[in-house]
Amino acid sequence: MSLDTRPPRQTPVRHVATPRERDEQRGLPTRSLLLALVLACITLMVVDRTSGEDSPVEPVRRVVGEVLGPAEAGVNAVLGPVLGLPEMLRTNDALREEIAAQDDEIAELRREAHQNPYDVARAEDLRALCAMATNTGYLLAPARFSGYSSAQSFSSTISIDAGADAGIRPDMTVVNGDGLVGRVLEVTSHTSTVLLIVDADSTVGGKLGESLESGFVDGRGGLADGDPLDLRLVDNTVLPEQGQQVVTWGSEGTGPYVAGIPIGEVSKVYEDIRAGTYRAVLEPYVDFTSLGDLAVVVPTGEDTRVIEPEACS
Amino acid sequence: MRGNSRLVAALLIVVTALLVQVTVLPHLAWNGVVPDLVLLSVVGAALVTDPRFATLLGFGAGLLLDVAPPADHAAGRWALALLVVGYVVARLAHDYQAAQPGPQPASTPRPPYLLMLVAGAGGAFVGTSLFALTGLLLQDPAVGVGALLEVVLAAVAYDALVAAVAVPLVVWVFRREPAPRVAHVLR
Repeated sequence: MSLDTRPPRQTPVRHVATPRERDEQRGLPTRSLLLALVLACITLMVVDRTSGEDSPVEPVRRVVGEVLGPAEAGVNAVLGPVLGLPEMLRTNDALREEIAAQDDEIAELRREAHQNPYDVARAEDLRALCAMATNTGYLLAPARFSGYSSAQSFSSTISIDAGADAGIRPDMTVVNGDGLVGRVLEVTSHTSTVLLIVDADSTVGGKLGESLESGFVDGRGGLADGDPLDLRLVDNTVLPEQGQQVVTWGSEGTGPYVAGIPIGEVSKVYEDIRAGTYRAVLEPYVDFTSLGDLAVVVPTGEDTRVIEPEACS
Repeated sequence: MRGNSRLVAALLIVVTALLVQVTVLPHLAWNGVVPDLVLLSVVGAALVTDPRFATLLGFGAGLLLDVAPPADHAAGRWALALLVVGYVVARLAHDYQAAQPGPQPASTPRPPYLLMLVAGAGGAFVGTSLFALTGLLLQDPAVGVGALLEVVLAAVAYDALVAAVAVPLVVWVFRREPAPRVAHVLR
């Protein structure tokens, strides 16, 4: 190491930098570096592309994934509440509207849910009517129950929503899927009044199913109280048995009561010891308090909407 | 900002950009197109650092983008694209600044806002096009040129939009002198 005793130069020697030095001074990457990087990229691409599953990049991917995966999951977890923020920023009006819309939807669904059992019951009724038509061989004009007479009128009548336009005339037989309901009293073009067999004025010719003993089925008036029908047999000495079926006796044509419609079955038998006769109480097959779909027996050849026998067998 | 602190800042920026790009931005996606935050951070870095650093940063960031979880394409595609973006943007920006009249300041000046926008849009165009081109060459995702062009244009548009915020942010971070060092120098 020698001491430099020369005076400092006033003007430094002009140094002409080589292009490479200039590049480095300006922070430019050298050509070889650029070339190396580009080639590295291309090599990576080709290697990764051609070697498929067992490419040397896979382990690197896995390691980076192990590190960045949880970080990404963490950011996402933090992000959740932030993204949920717009949900909270809603006006009362919007919320009210939403509640109203959902209330409507609930009401609709509830109505559907309530209607469902009704529809099922109706379908059941109609199937039973079909079976009735098939069993008895009559043409049935379908009708729907529309109203009871009031108790103050002291008569058990109902109205149905089919009338003369459906081919219904007075004195026709009215049935439902279970059995005899009554007979038509009056018709208008679209409604009919039906006298139920439980009415005090109603008398139906009936016979015991097994013994073919004839008798009369009298209504006792009133729907709700028990024992609505009485059976008086023509032959006083015949003893009706409990559980015996009573069907209609039948008259000519379609009315007042066609033959062979089930009315009910014997539930109790009373013996009048003094007169030596028997009185039987019938349990009707029809539940008069829950009438729904009914049908009127119409004569053959009516050009209206009817349920034909074997229509739905 | 020089040396190690610059490296740390670059690393932080790139990793943050990557995380945001794969987690936050998909919620803001437009037709599935997400702004390339990593690309924009390379552009930002290229504006205020030297081309050498920008090129290397582009390469590294691209490589990270290539192997980070959702990626499934051939590794090296983003590396190549971002390398070129870093180099080209840095070269052009420096030549532009060198051509500016007046004395050259010692440290890198803050680039004008318009330059940042143009650099962001141009970098996005170069980067996404290169990435798409390498995909076409390698038949990596076998899609047609038409569909590719549509996505690339949408991405460039979205990137240009996001560049208005992202690039100045990155530039600001890189031009900040770390506080402890300043204190040390003053003592």
